[in-house]
Amino acid sequence: MTLTKAELADLLFEKVGLNKREAKDMVEAFFEEVRTALETGDSVKLSGFGNFQLRDKPQRPGRNPKTGEEIPITARRVVTFHASQKLKATVEDLKLHGDVQ
Amino acid sequence: MTKSELIARLATRFPQLVAKDADFAVKMILDEMTAALSRGDRIEIRGFGSFALNYRPPRTGRNPKSGDKVQVPAKYVPHFKAGKELRERVDHSNG
Repeated sequence: MTLTKAELADLLFEKVGLNKREAKDMVEAFFEEVRTALETGDSVKLSGFGNFQLRDKPQRPGRNPKTGEEIPITARRVVTFHASQKLKATVEDLKLHGDVQ
Repeated sequence: MTKSELIARLATRFPQLVAKDADFAVKMILDEMTAALSRGDRIEIRGFGSFALNYRPPRTGRNPKSGDKVQVPAKYVPHFKAGKELRERVDHSNG
C-alpha cells in the first residue's frame, strides 16, 4: 500500500467534512505551502512529525559512471528531512524484513 | 515555518472555511502520514517527494560515557526523498 494525495483528500472529505473539491485543494495547498517556504529559504518545522531543512552543498568532483570521465557535481541546495522523536519511535519497532521501497 | 504558521497560511487560502477546519486538516494529514509509515506503508506525493522506511540491522554499539558495549536492536528509520519539482524549486543555482 502507498499513501497518496487521493487518500489524504478522501480522509479530509470523510473526517473534516470538507467537500470533495475543498479536500483535494486543501491537500494540494498543504504541500504547496511547504514547497513555497523551502523555495524561499525557510525551513519547515512540523512538531510531532519532523523538520524539513535546507543544506547548501559545495561543488565536488564526480564521474560519469559509463565513460569514467571526470565531471564536477555543481554546488546545490538540497532539502533534508529529520523525523521527530515521536515519528522515529512509532516506526522503530516494525517487524518487517528489508527496506520498504 | 512552523505548524501553526502553516495552518494560518492555509486558513487564508480558504476564506470560505472556518479557521478550525485548516487546523483539523493539517492534523489529520500529519496523523495519517505517521499512521501510514507505522503500518510499513510508503507515502508518495507527486512533485513533493516520497517517504519510506529504511532498515537498520542490529549492531553492537558503545555507551559513549562508560565505554560499555551495548546491543542495539534492528530498527526502521523514516527516510524522505525530495521529488523533482521540490528539488528544482529549492535549488536556484540550476535554473
